[in-house]
Amino acid sequence: MPITEKKIGWDRNQMAQKAAFDIPDGSYVNLGIGMPELVSGFVPEGREVIYHTENGLLGMGQVPENGKEDPELINAGKKCITAIPGACFFHHADSFTMIRGSHIDICVLGAMQVSQEGDLANWSTGKPGAIPAVGGAMDLVAGVKTIFVITQHNTKNGDPKINEKCTYPLTGKGVVNRIYTNLAILDVTDNGLFVRELAPEVTFEYLQKNTGAKLNQY
Amino acid sequence: MINKIVKSTAEAVADIFDGAVVLISGFGEAGSPIELIHALIDHGAKDLTVVSNNTGSGHVGLAALIENKQVKKMICSFPRTANSTVFPDLYYKNEIELELVPQGTLAERIRAGGAGIPAFFTPSSVNTPLAEGKESRVIEGKTYVMEYAIKADFSLVKCNVADRYGNLTYNKTARNFGPIMCTAAKTTIVQTKKIVEPGEIDPEIVVTPGIFVTKVVEVTNPEAESKLVAEDRRYPCQ
Repeated sequence: MPITEKKIGWDRNQMAQKAAFDIPDGSYVNLGIGMPELVSGFVPEGREVIYHTENGLLGMGQVPENGKEDPELINAGKKCITAIPGACFFHHADSFTMIRGSHIDICVLGAMQVSQEGDLANWSTGKPGAIPAVGGAMDLVAGVKTIFVITQHNTKNGDPKINEKCTYPLTGKGVVNRIYTNLAILDVTDNGLFVRELAPEVTFEYLQKNTGAKLNQY
Repeated sequence: MINKIVKSTAEAVADIFDGAVVLISGFGEAGSPIELIHALIDHGAKDLTVVSNNTGSGHVGLAALIENKQVKKMICSFPRTANSTVFPDLYYKNEIELELVPQGTLAERIRAGGAGIPAFFTPSSVNTPLAEGKESRVIEGKTYVMEYAIKADFSLVKCNVADRYGNLTYNKTARNFGPIMCTAAKTTIVQTKKIVEPGEIDPEIVVTPGIFVTKVVEVTNPEAESKLVAEDRRYPCQ
């Protein structure tokens, strides 16, 4: 179902800004690779958020200035970063104790598919021959208290990424709490998907047409 | 007298035998003991099972060890990395085995191996293909999958400062798998940027207690993998 209408909705930065607005003061947050990384740039002033990167740092700071990169100070995406004053380093078992032991408050992840029950698929298309790679995604969804997904609402072909069921192999079952897309913000509840906010010019009907699962209004 | 310091990387890896299980520290290039890996390439032990988070990049370090056909099986969480072609090429040709493990499960399997815990139950990977065929149990209403500890013959680890007892400190996010890998091998081989006298490392900041370490070799100016990859360097040099 290709989208032929003119492009409406939020851009990547606006999506990140929406997710950032929902991160409370004092949160410990893990950001996935890609679009989730944009979120840290939009946390409202006055809120202190501590970023965790699973390769062993609590208190991840901004990208270093040119020439000040340290190849031994990187994030989970293996990009050079900085550490804030008050940061700490730790080994992998401690890092995943924070994750799996539910000490991290919020994780923002990308998605290939999300189901109406909050199942997430974001590590493999399951195609034969593809080299599987999972990283820390399965541990994050199993342990972090709240999982936000940030993703385009539809694939490049226009197919819905939010459906009744995921067809790709799962990262976790019933793990997603909220979905931020270019068209809307959706809550995953025991009673199904609820529309929390629509992007400008997006109607409920338009959103429903571009979603592969039943949507509900609050 | 206890003195774990050895003179060369060649001496450090000399006992590694064909078919050994070898833990190799690092997350991408951070913490990867390139000089020890290159010594292992010179040494030539083959049919190795290597446990490391990634599979190396370019044609140096872990990627070079794989390219040199010394690795029978990789146990890792993320075999794809930027500039990583060696592992994928062999994998597509069915010339190397892969055991894919969620990163936290990988860390905990190594930790458990070092701690004398043979297996444990984790929520990670439940309801996914990575839990298929594994024992599971419902505990307090929630399903967990059983994972076995990883115990190794050798570990190769990079640290920052060491003393002759094997007490270690690390540098920033290059710590990653190092401390747990030190605990989980029969023989732990460490390369350090600096060796100091006992007592010079404040006991309050020792990260790896020396009891977990077998051999320490000083590599004062270790190569940065990304720099070697950018220069398209290879090991062995051609």
